[in-house]
Amino acid sequence: MIEGIPIQHFLIVSTLMFFIGVAGFIMRRNLITILMAIELILNSVNINFVIFNRYLYPDQLQGHFFAILVVGIAAAEASVAIALIINIYRKLKNIDVENVNELRY
Amino acid sequence: MNIGQFIMMRHELLLTAVALIILIAEIFTADNSKKKLIPFSIGLFALVTILGFLPVQEGTLFGGSYQGSHLAALMKNVLNIGVLIIFLQAEGWLRRDENADRISEYFLLTISTLIGMNFMISAGDFLIFYVGLETATIPIAALAAYDRIRSRSAEAGIKLILSSALSSGVLLFGLSLIYGAMGSIYFADVAQTVTANSMVALGFIFFVSGMGFKISLVPFHFWTADVYEGAPVNVTSYLSVISKGAASFIFAIILFTVFKTLTEMWKPVIYTLAVFTMTIGNLFALRQQNLKRFLAFSSIAQAGFILLGILGANDLGMTAIVYFVLIYVFTNLGAFGVVEAISNASGVETIKGYNGLYKTNPKLSLLMTLALFSLAGIPPVAGFFGKFFLFTSAASSGYYILVLIAVLNATISLYYYLLVVRAMFIEKSDNPVPAFKSSPYMRVALLLCVAGIFAVGFASVIFDSIREISQNFMF
Repeated sequence: MIEGIPIQHFLIVSTLMFFIGVAGFIMRRNLITILMAIELILNSVNINFVIFNRYLYPDQLQGHFFAILVVGIAAAEASVAIALIINIYRKLKNIDVENVNELRY
Repeated sequence: MNIGQFIMMRHELLLTAVALIILIAEIFTADNSKKKLIPFSIGLFALVTILGFLPVQEGTLFGGSYQGSHLAALMKNVLNIGVLIIFLQAEGWLRRDENADRISEYFLLTISTLIGMNFMISAGDFLIFYVGLETATIPIAALAAYDRIRSRSAEAGIKLILSSALSSGVLLFGLSLIYGAMGSIYFADVAQTVTANSMVALGFIFFVSGMGFKISLVPFHFWTADVYEGAPVNVTSYLSVISKGAASFIFAIILFTVFKTLTEMWKPVIYTLAVFTMTIGNLFALRQQNLKRFLAFSSIAQAGFILLGILGANDLGMTAIVYFVLIYVFTNLGAFGVVEAISNASGVETIKGYNGLYKTNPKLSLLMTLALFSLAGIPPVAGFFGKFFLFTSAASSGYYILVLIAVLNATISLYYYLLVVRAMFIEKSDNPVPAFKSSPYMRVALLLCVAGIFAVGFASVIFDSIREISQNFMF
């Protein structure tokens, strides 16, 4: 429990972060920024897990551990994604999604 | 818990050992003899596949985080067979000079995704499930970009990693809501206490959306066709058969065990997804000219059929899913094998390019026809039986209208599968694909597929044993 801050406040923040992340994923045109949007989504999930654990089930640690593993996996995901973005950059000399359009209907 | 119990994780441990052995072998192989790693790795993996069939004991490890069951072992064996065929098919492609310095990378990445899938299937809580899912997804993106010199391959890789990262983010948000409502991430605890309140419902919707990306259900399918077309043929077949099969398995397991008491809540969701997935997958497949794209949309439609088995929500449904995926492994890998052999030999990947194929390569055309008939579900071949049991399980739960839609879709699919057959047998071409002889590895792989297409359909003992294992799992 954190004095004076009800759980709803945290949940509002995390939900906002999630949807800002989704919106950023859809609207941004730079591959690195898209990756940052995904990090926002994953961090909103982390807030959720930690806050649910802390406020509702303080006698156990499942949510905390989940958050730690999400952080680790997000790092792995980002490293592979950045490697692929560098690969794209070497071919196109920029990382704008508008140029990554060779495959389409 | 004692050390002896770890033998329950035999599939995962063996695969980890193989990955390490290949890594060490890579270090001690001279640069000019890297190609020796191909038969070495395939041989090791064949050994693992055979060892996988030894009987396993059931039970849980790590306080319920890992569940070893006969059904999970069976699913892992199905995936192992598929990966073995894919490895055999990869041989000709890996032997090219441009791939000479990264042969072991292919095997390492593939085997690590397989380890992830195995953990995912055996997961006993959402944490292991998520870790397995990510381990199964991230290396595939690297694999999709394996042909670095082709910009299409690079594009496929970036599209795959970004869309799968978004989907796992959405899935995780759902899991966090379910955790908040239930207070546990263990499947067993959630299954006991889960109730249909609005928070669980919201979490479930996010969860289904995330899984929908992985199984490429409509409307979450947009990445599929691009990635399948851009990735190397071999990786495409891995994506469309193995990762789709593994994701369908765990989706069915979670819906049947964890959300068992909420069956009435998730059935309408799956029903709608099934209708859209079958219909839209089929309609888009109609207008494709590239064979990889064509097979991508056909695999979307096939995923819709798998949902029929999930809607059955009984042991027959589970049996039908495992049985269908087993057949799908042989059938789709047969079709992809032919596409890969021809793509390796001549670079042709369009349906028009197959005109007159029967004149020059009769055996490959016959195999392709067999595989396409099996995908369409024409009676004497295995694909018919796979679809038949899926339809039966849906009908046994009273979904007659859905089965009717599915049958109509199967008929539509027959049209576009026959377009390829027509191109091969009837259409004339001035410069057809020249006659060529594929490597012994590819021939073994294709023979395995033919044997599977016939044997799995006719040997009722296979269906009966899957049925028995599923019945034990469900009750």
